[in-house]
Amino acid sequence: MFIVDYIKDIYGAIRSLLVGMNRTGYYFTHHKEIITQNYPENRLELNLPERFRGEVVMTHDENNEHACTGCSACELACPNGTIKIINKFDISPEGKKKKAIDTFVYHLELCTMCNLCVDACPTGAIKMAQTFEHSVYNRGLLTKQLNKPGSKLKAGVE
Amino acid sequence: MVEEIGKTVEGDLIINVGPQHPATHGVLHLVLTLNGETIKKVEPHLGYIHRSIEKMCESLSYRQFIYSTSRMDYLSAHINNHACALCVEKGLGIEVPARAQVIRVLMDELTRIASHELWWGAMAMDLGAFTPFFHAFRERETINDIMEETCGARLTMNYNVPGGVMADLHPNFQERVKNFLKLYKLKIHEYDELVTGNIIFQNRMKGVGYLSKEDAISYGVTGPAARGSGVSSDIRKLYPYEIYKQLEFDEILETEGDSFARYMVRLREMNESIKIIEQLIDNIPDGDFQAKTKAVLKLPKGEFYQRVETARGELGVYIVSEGGTTPYRIKFRSPGFSNLSALDHMARGGKIGDLVATMGTLDLVIPDIDR
Repeated sequence: MFIVDYIKDIYGAIRSLLVGMNRTGYYFTHHKEIITQNYPENRLELNLPERFRGEVVMTHDENNEHACTGCSACELACPNGTIKIINKFDISPEGKKKKAIDTFVYHLELCTMCNLCVDACPTGAIKMAQTFEHSVYNRGLLTKQLNKPGSKLKAGVE
Repeated sequence: MVEEIGKTVEGDLIINVGPQHPATHGVLHLVLTLNGETIKKVEPHLGYIHRSIEKMCESLSYRQFIYSTSRMDYLSAHINNHACALCVEKGLGIEVPARAQVIRVLMDELTRIASHELWWGAMAMDLGAFTPFFHAFRERETINDIMEETCGARLTMNYNVPGGVMADLHPNFQERVKNFLKLYKLKIHEYDELVTGNIIFQNRMKGVGYLSKEDAISYGVTGPAARGSGVSSDIRKLYPYEIYKQLEFDEILETEGDSFARYMVRLREMNESIKIIEQLIDNIPDGDFQAKTKAVLKLPKGEFYQRVETARGELGVYIVSEGGTTPYRIKFRSPGFSNLSALDHMARGGKIGDLVATMGTLDLVIPDIDR
């Protein structure tokens, strides 16, 4: 029957639209189910997981000492040339030459946060920080020195 | 009339869709030849975001090149990394620990669901429905949180390394995934209510962009797009890798070959992924998450090929090694490129409004096509 099918089609079509509108109406009246976060306002409560990769930092303890021996394992592991280590030679009290880092240069603008440098580090000197708001007005600000001025190698780290 | 299709004659209208058209995904540039509103020819112009990833990989070591493949098909980044890691392991003959295999498969399936959910939202948005996009992102956000916690990144994870995975699972992982499964089952009926059953949506999808089984094979279409035409092409079933052989799941096949069939394949595939996750989540074996490997990896001289099933189809990684620390040549067989090649065939003779529906169901990711 042509007429019956025709009416059935119209009925089914209207029903499908109402089912969809019902769903829309449900969320219109149930505000508690909305999970939107207001990002810049909730900046203080934002808790990123500890493994989140924001940028590479070097950990320093309270005596301003780090664990980087300047072995360049991270520099070799990096696929983009993000890390550049400039070494110097310290002269110990006994008169021996000892290798130490002078500058640990980190180009944030080249970094893809792949975590390979942190994986490669044998002494655990570098890690990933949870910061993520990296935009600056001057490109030069993205090239960073990771070892703090005046810092030196922790005793016992080889 | 039939002979005229495909030939440009005087009076035809040639328009550009893209590269910055809101209806395209990414920077796809389509040159359409139109007769009135009927499509005579679709010419995709590629290369807008070609980054020469294959060439770049030749100067990177076998540990380093994996990260760059996250930038190909960014929606199934983990599966891309998986394919590369598998190929390197094949060359080195490394036995991956059971725990690492389960973690990889779990992450693969989570990625697949996340990818299909984004596709579902974007597909509905292509056809003019804006709300589904937010519904899809609600569930996808849960998966992204899981990824963020365990892998350290939301989209470009770089979690696979040759020999296993980079870090062990986060202690919260199982609980989080179970919460996601609960949420998914609670909300999945909304997908059908909002979009699948909608009469406007069905009228725009059914019978549109028809691709026959023979054409799907001859164009090299893989993944859900091929399974919508009835071509059995699930690499997880045909050439099982990792632990897929021991898992129970079905290969979804639809035989209609139109846009709606491809749409249904993807929706049903999400349920299969859920099934796989449910089988594994309580049975993660103990042990190492990474096999012991040498500091410098050197593949023996030869050629290595590994294929996996990404959310879009078959991804092949082909490595030619000369025995050094870097590959001599790397070739990726990306699913998006072959799927796009069928677009001209599918859209010819159809209306310009149907082109968007056809393109949406192919689930094109442009960085995957350009590489």
